[in-house]
Amino acid sequence: MQALPAFDEMFGLGDGYDCRSPEGVTAAYRAIRQWLADSPQELMAARRAQAELFFRRIGITFAVYGDAQATERLIPFDIVPRIITRTEWDRLERGLKQRVAALNMFLADVYGAQEILRAGIVPAELVLMNPAFCVHMIGRQPPGGVWVHIAGIDLVRTGPDEFFVLEDNARTPSGVSYMLENREVMLKLVPDLFDSVKVAPVETYPEKLLETLASVSPRKQRGSHPTCVLLTPGQYNSAFYEHSFLADKLGIELVEGHDLFVRDDIVFMRTTEGPQRVDVIYRRLDDDFIDPLVFNPGSMLGVPGLMSAYAAGNVTLANAVGTGIADDKAIYSYMPDIVRFYTGEEPILANVPTWRCREPEALMHVLDHLPELVVKEVDGSGGYGMLVGPHAPKATIAAFAAKLKARPEKFIAQPTLALSTCPTATDGGIAARHVDLRPFVLTGADGVRIVPGGLTRVAMTAGSLVVNSSQGGGTKDTWIIDG
Amino acid sequence: MLSRTAGNLYWIGRYLERADFTARLIEATQRLAALPSSYGGASNAWESALAAACQIDGFAATGLAIDEHEVTEYLTLNAGNSSSIRSCLEAARSNARAVRTAMTEEGWEAINTAWLEVSRYGTHLSSRETLAQLIEYVKHAIAAFDGANHRTMLRGDAFWFTNLGAAIERADNSARLLDVKYHLLLPRDEPVGGSLDYFQWTTILRTVSAMTAYRWVYNDSVKPWLVADLLILNRQIPRSLAACYDEILRHLDLLASHSGRRGAAHRLASAGHARLAGGNIDAIFGQGLHEFLTQFIADNNRLGEAIAEQYLF
Repeated sequence: MQALPAFDEMFGLGDGYDCRSPEGVTAAYRAIRQWLADSPQELMAARRAQAELFFRRIGITFAVYGDAQATERLIPFDIVPRIITRTEWDRLERGLKQRVAALNMFLADVYGAQEILRAGIVPAELVLMNPAFCVHMIGRQPPGGVWVHIAGIDLVRTGPDEFFVLEDNARTPSGVSYMLENREVMLKLVPDLFDSVKVAPVETYPEKLLETLASVSPRKQRGSHPTCVLLTPGQYNSAFYEHSFLADKLGIELVEGHDLFVRDDIVFMRTTEGPQRVDVIYRRLDDDFIDPLVFNPGSMLGVPGLMSAYAAGNVTLANAVGTGIADDKAIYSYMPDIVRFYTGEEPILANVPTWRCREPEALMHVLDHLPELVVKEVDGSGGYGMLVGPHAPKATIAAFAAKLKARPEKFIAQPTLALSTCPTATDGGIAARHVDLRPFVLTGADGVRIVPGGLTRVAMTAGSLVVNSSQGGGTKDTWIIDG
Repeated sequence: MLSRTAGNLYWIGRYLERADFTARLIEATQRLAALPSSYGGASNAWESALAAACQIDGFAATGLAIDEHEVTEYLTLNAGNSSSIRSCLEAARSNARAVRTAMTEEGWEAINTAWLEVSRYGTHLSSRETLAQLIEYVKHAIAAFDGANHRTMLRGDAFWFTNLGAAIERADNSARLLDVKYHLLLPRDEPVGGSLDYFQWTTILRTVSAMTAYRWVYNDSVKPWLVADLLILNRQIPRSLAACYDEILRHLDLLASHSGRRGAAHRLASAGHARLAGGNIDAIFGQGLHEFLTQFIADNNRLGEAIAEQYLF
């Protein structure tokens, strides 16, 4: 693949890639450069093998749909950490808090007074006619007023100070288990490096998540903790490992739909000691599947009557039902205005410039510039169904143009960003690979919690810009360091 | 605890115990079959192994000849046999994955590693050496799982359900082993205590790894009624029926003390425990060992069902 000229987080904009020389290395990567220079290729290979063994033993696997050969596969892990300085992180953290606060206010508003629609900031039909807009939530406010308890905000970097939000994930963002396990593996693998570089810990995430969930319990009991559970679609779901990992770290039950039942609008779980009342459900099941009586009637994964208990205010779902409208890609393009409307501030984190193909002028521009653009389906995710213009053959572009003309409202387009690169261990030695970053933002009734770090995804193929694990992307440990 | 979790843990205990028993059974049978016939090297040794593993019908359905290779492959690696070592480990691992949160990291790693390792053997046995390695590995891996649990698990319902399943399965296995020996292994016209017996009875002791223990307990040569006494009534031998019922009762009591509830499972376990505690080996032989064991196996199964019912698996 043709590599775009990109900002390298270790060597800046220089074009060399020789770890033996300290010349041109950014301050953040000084210790890493030295470490790489001191590690011969064989040692790196041994460490990579060791890391793979750790991951396989703990059983961190992930399933790729439609790939019968590999229902359980390891996500490639790169042992070179990705560095972000504390100064850079502080700005990101402020931006993330601002953005997630706006997302929550947007949801409360569109399912409530709809002021943003009346003010004409976001076109009403784009919200109200959107398949992700959930009519069952109109007029409802979830306990504690929180909609998006757990948000995963995808960031990309294009220069020393240029970070963009690529995507908001406000439904059931995944990947946090990799953030935690990657760190554990690195601690075992390169203890010396942690001695020379002081890295902010991420291990408090489960505790913060539990506090967040407890803060939105609908039942305030004196002296006892609310009963939280994690609802999983089951062990054949691609993220099952993460579900069980998190339930374990949180010390809460990992339940499947049939472990729960609803009686008199109260949710119970079936235990060896009889029914036990459930207060908060951290659900890793899409809206469509949570209650066959209200949504998809064919769902075997959900709990009949759950929505009714939810509407009665007897149980909290995290995230709330209907949050998909906030991370819709068509709504995304309005996020800077949404942030301004609710917070009265300028957005700290920039959006990637976006053409909404539903607008005729934008569509014209997009059709004229397809080979330079990235085109995405507004309701797509996981890197499926997108066009990366610079990497696509002519025929694919032509086919995509036809799809665009037929259903322009289904697409948005963005310039192909030169995602930053990081040093990455490959079979041919250390080389630059494109990365993104997904930090996780927790919002409870009592405030916002962010762990310093996140999941760095890396495109393992040279020049590739697609970092999604379903498309062969890997992960790195992300280090927030002082300095 | 979620009922589904309890059920999964109970079955992890059972599956792993079954895999361990099968490994020991094959090892002991191999020793027996290798003896010259004048020493009791029985031609029906592999048939008796199938019977002890409760696999006669399943194996017959494959249409294969009863010989060492076919039987050992069927009992160890056959993917179609739901009680083969491979299938037991796969099921235990799948159960463990579904209730990963109820296990400790060490316990899960032990089970996951065991399955990954055994699955590498594929579904066909290439040689006796491979078999020997596999058997060694399985015994080792299950001891590692037990050790990991013992050292790392909270003493709570997860621990008790896992051990409960293991104890129920162990009692069933020991009873079958003894029953098979008595009925099938012994040539029909051979009187109990005849000259062929020594190696055959010691096969049983080896299967439950109690060869040395026998000497310590009885300080006597190997006698069938003492082997039966050891396996049925001796509480010191972890695989004896009495020891299994000590354990079953203890774990059910712990579960009851935790929840404050007793039920049908407790009544059945107490009755079974009392029968063993008040039994003596002469009376058992008088009643007929086979009849006693058949009744025991049926009662033990009923207890298993009562546990599932009481805790809503």
